[in-house]
Amino acid sequence: MLRHSLVVRVTHWINAAAIILLLMSGLNIFGAHARLYWGDTGSVEQRDRQWLEIGASPPWRTPTGWIDIAGIRLDTTGFLGVSQSRTGSASFVAFPHWATLPSGRDLATARNWHFAFAWLLIMNGLLWLAHAIITGRLWREILPNRRQLSRAQLWHDIVEHARLRFPRGEAALSYAVLQRIAYAGVTLVLTPAVILTGLAMSPGMNAAWPWLDALWGGRQSARSVHFIAMVLVAAFLVIHLVLVLLSGPIRQIGAMITGRITVEARQ
Amino acid sequence: MKLPRRHLLGALPAGLLLSGCDALTRNATARSVIQSAEQATYRWQRLVGRNGLAREFSASDISPVFKVNGTREPTNPEWQRLAAGNFAEWRLTVTGLVNRELSLSLADLQRLAQRTQITRHDCVEGWSAIGQWTGPQLGPILRAAGLRDGARYIVFLCADDYGGEVGKGGLQSTSRYYESIDLVDAFHPQTILAHSLNNQPLSTGNGAPLRLRVERQLGYKHAKYLMQIVVADSLDPFGSGHGGYWPDRGYEWYAGI
Repeated sequence: MLRHSLVVRVTHWINAAAIILLLMSGLNIFGAHARLYWGDTGSVEQRDRQWLEIGASPPWRTPTGWIDIAGIRLDTTGFLGVSQSRTGSASFVAFPHWATLPSGRDLATARNWHFAFAWLLIMNGLLWLAHAIITGRLWREILPNRRQLSRAQLWHDIVEHARLRFPRGEAALSYAVLQRIAYAGVTLVLTPAVILTGLAMSPGMNAAWPWLDALWGGRQSARSVHFIAMVLVAAFLVIHLVLVLLSGPIRQIGAMITGRITVEARQ
Repeated sequence: MKLPRRHLLGALPAGLLLSGCDALTRNATARSVIQSAEQATYRWQRLVGRNGLAREFSASDISPVFKVNGTREPTNPEWQRLAAGNFAEWRLTVTGLVNRELSLSLADLQRLAQRTQITRHDCVEGWSAIGQWTGPQLGPILRAAGLRDGARYIVFLCADDYGGEVGKGGLQSTSRYYESIDLVDAFHPQTILAHSLNNQPLSTGNGAPLRLRVERQLGYKHAKYLMQIVVADSLDPFGSGHGGYWPDRGYEWYAGI
């Protein structure tokens, strides 16, 4: 039977590509100034509202990479601050080459890619949202309904996830409550937040829409929230992929490519 | 069942994906497709915010130190000579597609109607600082010169040879700094030629004696050490033809984002 419509499948895979490229180019962009602040301003000359920094410390023969979050410093040598370049030498970049696009320090190219795929993400997201609203899928499939939000249902779904037991048969044809909360959170909260904080870093957009950066408490706050939202999107991505792998990857991915799925007999 | 997403891409060996992406970033066709986003952003921002004003702050918001970025002091002997004379002999020339060429001293510029604005400077690297800038608006100066038919860009030629910064990436060859803007930004009320920062004459690091303030774009557009304004119909004759030192090195010419 048909599980996913053509619009859902096409927008899903465009979204997948866009998000991965946005994450990677964004990590490269972050490397140009690996500090985060609250408020309107912040620079190496004005660090009173800095709350995060990624850096490296001597001795330079055996450097230490670290992340400093609100004064708590964690050693991240090999991953953040200092990592191995492709040639094996020590590279003093915030995120390692395998996580960024392009792999080397290149703010200009990273920005070109980030904005191109930001446009794609926005257009694709609007198409998905319009389709979800027009077909009613948003309420039927994405937003958790009142019955699902009961304490018993929530607890049941948490226990099922903890036991790695996934719905089968007819029950597998609609999303359970945790899944709906995750999808609704990513599509209706996190993605809009990422887009609006991204735009709030743009001096042109802030002049056009003065509420944009005010909404987040200033450009540097918007940059901080953009980063935090990125971490949450990345976390969703990891959990999503793990759950697909655990719940029958061939069937699941097949359904998202062909749109069709066979209903398994209940066990 | 779970909505399967992204598994194929995610499961690809990271190395394969990465080297593929790096190759794509160097591919000419891919580059031109990717860079077409700049035109989309430019048109979108002109559509929704053609006359929008950058936020102006209060004196209490001014950053304690306005970070110096890019050139810290031009090595160009001509600029050094002018600086030694306290810029008394410095002149800003306005040439190109104009009816009357202008040559303006610092005193001439200070005699024009002045605008003071406290604005946030947003650097492409990610940091921001707030400063109070004073100087004449660019629009009336261009009107005094009179733009001829075909004028599309205002090009700012500077005194500094810049060698780039490793932190910004890309090609870093040394050459004369310059920038350019369109006529919408040129005649925008907040586009001024600033001679003062926080009520003091511009410091050497911040672009003495005169720098452009084009408040709806990123910091690299705010050319320092101004020497000459050229009104042009094309950006081809300047630098590598992309309209600025950083645009010649892969950065967007329209830096509204």
